[in-house]
Amino acid sequence: MKEIYLDNNATTKVDERVFEEMRPYFCELYGNPGSMHFFGGQVQKKVDEARGRVAALLGALPDEIVFTACGTESDNAAIRSALEVFPEKRHIITSRVEHPAVLTQCRNLTKRGYRVTELNVDSEGQLDLKELEAALDDDTAIVSLMYANNETGVVFPIEEAARMVKESGALFHTDAVQAIGKIPVNMAESSIDMLSLSGHKLHAPKGVGVLYVRRGTPFRPMMVGGHQERGRRAGTENTASIIAMGKACEVAQLHMDEESGRVREMRDRLQRELTTLIPNTRINGGGTERLPNTLSIAMEFVEGEGILLLLSEKGICASSGSACTSGSLEPSHVLRAMGVPFTCAHGSIRFSLSRFTTDEEIDAVIRELPPIISRLREMSPFGREFLSKQ
Amino acid sequence: MWDYTDKVKEHFLNPRNVGEITDADAVGEVGSLACGDALKLFIKLDEKKERIVDAKFQTFGCGSAIASSSALTEMVKGKTLDEALQVTNQEIADFLGGLPEEKMHCSVMGQEALELAIAKYRGVEAPKHDHSHDHADTEGEIVCKCFGLTDTFLRKVITSNKLHTAEQVTHFTKAGGACGGCIPKIKAIIAEVLGEEKKVAQDKPAVKLTNLRKMQLIQETLENEIRPQLWADGGDLELIDIDGSNVQVAFRKACAGCASSGNTAKFVEQKLREMVSSDINVQEVQG
Repeated sequence: MKEIYLDNNATTKVDERVFEEMRPYFCELYGNPGSMHFFGGQVQKKVDEARGRVAALLGALPDEIVFTACGTESDNAAIRSALEVFPEKRHIITSRVEHPAVLTQCRNLTKRGYRVTELNVDSEGQLDLKELEAALDDDTAIVSLMYANNETGVVFPIEEAARMVKESGALFHTDAVQAIGKIPVNMAESSIDMLSLSGHKLHAPKGVGVLYVRRGTPFRPMMVGGHQERGRRAGTENTASIIAMGKACEVAQLHMDEESGRVREMRDRLQRELTTLIPNTRINGGGTERLPNTLSIAMEFVEGEGILLLLSEKGICASSGSACTSGSLEPSHVLRAMGVPFTCAHGSIRFSLSRFTTDEEIDAVIRELPPIISRLREMSPFGREFLSKQ
Repeated sequence: MWDYTDKVKEHFLNPRNVGEITDADAVGEVGSLACGDALKLFIKLDEKKERIVDAKFQTFGCGSAIASSSALTEMVKGKTLDEALQVTNQEIADFLGGLPEEKMHCSVMGQEALELAIAKYRGVEAPKHDHSHDHADTEGEIVCKCFGLTDTFLRKVITSNKLHTAEQVTHFTKAGGACGGCIPKIKAIIAEVLGEEKKVAQDKPAVKLTNLRKMQLIQETLENEIRPQLWADGGDLELIDIDGSNVQVAFRKACAGCASSGNTAKFVEQKLREMVSSDINVQEVQG
């Protein structure tokens, strides 16, 4: 069965051009970029080139780019660094809808005596910057807010938040793994101090990430050892993946207009058709700014895992905000923070598109999903109750 | 992705007995929309009202909840009510070739619905409580507020499935799976059940320890075994005094003023009896 892959916020296909770029750096050009010979030196040049390509996509300077092993590492490193830079400050601000890479760390820090403010979101999943302003104080070491939400695609007003934080004297970090490559950013005109990205969310392989650290921002490394990454991240460079990351950023730049054009149109069509064909749905985050590729649709009276398994039978890969798929027993913390009613929080499905998505694939979802929902609603005691009232 | 057996997948994709019986003799409904799964079970008896001739279900829930409901209806057909009551959640899981441990609560839900249906048919009033999640066994004190589960129910599931960690209890019943506030209570109930089973065999016999050695052991156990568990739930305790075998502790942070601190004290006592000496008594003091 050919897969219809609409789970690109979970991970993405490695672009063939990216794979070709990294291919020689395993068996042929395997030198260590730190070595004092031509064989390592030629790899060093490619790593530098990759750094330049990542910087170009971000509107940053090459020396502001630190390669890491994943988005989670970048998030952890940013927060830990800020706490070491300001040992006397004991307050962290984040939001209730962050990725676990940020949220789990912040919550663990409360056990070590840190005060953590988790900003609320409204029913659309949007921040209230007044709440941020009120939470900032002299004790705040770092504010970490995601650029765009992985479950709903909701985009936070990050630049405004960053300016506000800068004035307060705290550091500002953003987890931008879902945003980069989908919406343009420009660090040259930004107040963001640190920004995380992840390779496998933008068609590079898994196992490589980036932490952008603005020039002049004080930084303490989490991983210590050798002098790699100018002492900001020790450990021999994952050369092939770093080179892939550079290429992926270069390619993402070429396709940026396609994301905001063709991909957005496909997402909008999917949303329009599904909400017409399936009664009692709501779009999570539908009333605010969203990533062009993400659709989180909540359907009443059915449970997400059943939907995913039946979609999977048809080759369609999506994801859910339901409890049953994750091993946790509550619906996603993002949907709960937004106050999505329980009647549909368990039945939320996320479709996340990419530039590889085709119109035919969208057609397939529009064809297959409505009968799946009818079938599960007929099987559900609440669905039957609802159908009998119609 | 869950590693479901082929039988689970088959029963999910082609569930048996979906629907309702309009003239059912017994109906059992457990779970709610808020809980994320719910099951309504219909049972039809023969003319003598002895054997189950038909069973149907409606389920809101994940793949394994639908498969468990399907399995349950197949299993009870042809059984007398007493025979049907003997069906355990483990047997439902076995019928399906096994369920992932995290999904065992689906099989428990099936068994609960069956018990509730039969209890209602027999006129045994199943008392309701505030929470929308009904259970066959609603007597006792609510332990898990999020899912409305009582100590009686948890004790039964812990005993019949031989559970020994709070995580397992969550997988089998969901208790502790939402806010996690009741996990210390669940641990205390497990300790009690295990204590009953193993009697005092587990406890260190009351050997003659020097007072100094005993105090040392108590402190080590508190530091290495007990406090880290309380920290994990945002709580803490402080050792106030040791007088012979009487240990006085004061609860701190989330444990202080917590309604379940009585259970936490029991958990502390159980652990100290196990690790130090069977004659330890723990007393909670304000300090």
